[in-house]
Amino acid sequence: MARLVAALLLVALALPASAGTVTPDRADELRYIVRQDCGSCHGLRMTGGLGRAITPAALAGRDPDDLSTIILDGMPGTAMPGWRPLLSEDEARWIADYLLTQEP
Amino acid sequence: MLKPLALALLTLTAPMLTAPAALADDLRGTGDLGLIVEREAGSLLVVDRSERAAIGRIEGLGDLSHASLVYSPDERFAYVFGRDGGLTKVDILTRTIVKRVVQGGNSIGGAISDDGKLVAVSNYEPGGVKVFDAETLDLVADVPMGSKTVGIADVPGSRFVVATWDTGEVWVLDHAADPAKPVITKLTGIGANPYDALLTGDGRTYIVGLFGEKGLTAVDLWQDPPKATRFLPDYGKDQPDLPVYKMPHLQGWTLADGVFALPAVGLHQLLWVDAANLSEIARTDLAGQPVFAVARPDKREIWVNFAPPGNDKVQIIDVMTHQVTDTITPGKGVLHMEFAPRGREVWLSVRDENRVEIRDARSHEVLAEIPARAPSGIFFTDRAHQTGL
Ligand code: HEC
Repeated sequence: MARLVAALLLVALALPASAGTVTPDRADELRYIVRQDCGSCHGLRMTGGLGRAITPAALAGRDPDDLSTIILDGMPGTAMPGWRPLLSEDEARWIADYLLTQEP
Repeated sequence: MLKPLALALLTLTAPMLTAPAALADDLRGTGDLGLIVEREAGSLLVVDRSERAAIGRIEGLGDLSHASLVYSPDERFAYVFGRDGGLTKVDILTRTIVKRVVQGGNSIGGAISDDGKLVAVSNYEPGGVKVFDAETLDLVADVPMGSKTVGIADVPGSRFVVATWDTGEVWVLDHAADPAKPVITKLTGIGANPYDALLTGDGRTYIVGLFGEKGLTAVDLWQDPPKATRFLPDYGKDQPDLPVYKMPHLQGWTLADGVFALPAVGLHQLLWVDAANLSEIARTDLAGQPVFAVARPDKREIWVNFAPPGNDKVQIIDVMTHQVTDTITPGKGVLHMEFAPRGREVWLSVRDENRVEIRDARSHEVLAEIPARAPSGIFFTDRAHQTGL
């Protein structure tokens, strides 16, 4: 039992803390969605367009949960759409972590 | 003195005049050429419509997401507007970059004046328009507007028209008297958050799409001062707004059979508007949020592509019945459609599948395919001679 927990822990540690149910294949797709679909408003490199810059530098210090909420529900009154119909909560959280840490 | 010189000249030029064959093999027209933006690679694919093939590539253009371009009047040069603020002049015959300047932080589009002498770039950051000499790309005029700018187009008479996203204005810049000091006409109260605009082919009507409120605004540029009219102020008021995962584009959408066919925002519909009195005629339900609604050159059909998640499809709508007559699925990420000038075929970029598909514009059959790296905009050289493109 202890062995199993340790093994599970190891697996868990190998993934970003909040990976949830995001499989590596889905992660590839999400990376692609960020570049292309978020990129159509935020720029291919997230440096800003119609939507403001969402690079790690621009988002530094932001709470990933807040960012996930923005991604899922959008920002009413702005052009930022809610992605809930297309992304799960785990996926939104994965994207929030990704935006905070990686230069797409 | 003059005579011997003329004689010498004659003998010099005579061989060239009588034996141009070798030279003619190297010469070629550009009327059936085009450029396809490869957004990730920062390159342009040079294509030949007659051959249905790529004939070369121009590289090193920076960030080309959302890039667009315009052509010089001789259809030899293109001016490419990149997301990174780069303005690049390319030679499609030699397939080289002639000149490249980084003119702003974040550009969104551009236009070339009717005399081909000025190139205007519309910027998000810093918000405004910069105007360049088309020959040298030297800065001619800088017009800050205090807002992101959208939907720039050339108006006959060395003028440009542009709308402002943050402030809801339309600015007309008249460069006829002194290119460096444009006479500015500003119209305020156009509506909340214009997201794009287009100019009709006659240069008369500038139509501004609004994101921040329902409706659109038409500006009649034949009036002095230009006159703005709001229309369809209530479309979709009774329906909940659907999320817009990609902003529709108005450019490329045109007047067909005395009507405008407009992509709705936040509704999966095409709106049909009587061009004469700007009233709604009909609506067509679509498979998703329309992005481009482009008329086939004979104006008999409108072809529509979609925002994610429906961006693998294209729907074709009959202008006479307003019915969807066909739904095709070219593949993932259909970003753009460009018709051959006489409407025989249409080229579609399928971004996620790294190819451009060529279809018969009547039977809708696939005729050929060209590999391309994450292709987006397709631009044929006949745009050189169309106002507003
Ligand atoms: C249709 C355009 C559009 C698309 C597509 C889009 N965004 Fe946005 N986004 C915006 C706009 C506009 C804002 C800024 C709203 C404002 O002006 O305050 C924004 C804001 C944000 C913010 C908040 C930034 C901050 O500093 O608070 C985040 C995070 C964000 N977007 C993430 C995403 C992600 C992730 C995607 C893709 C899944 C995406 N956006 C797709 C338009 C868009």
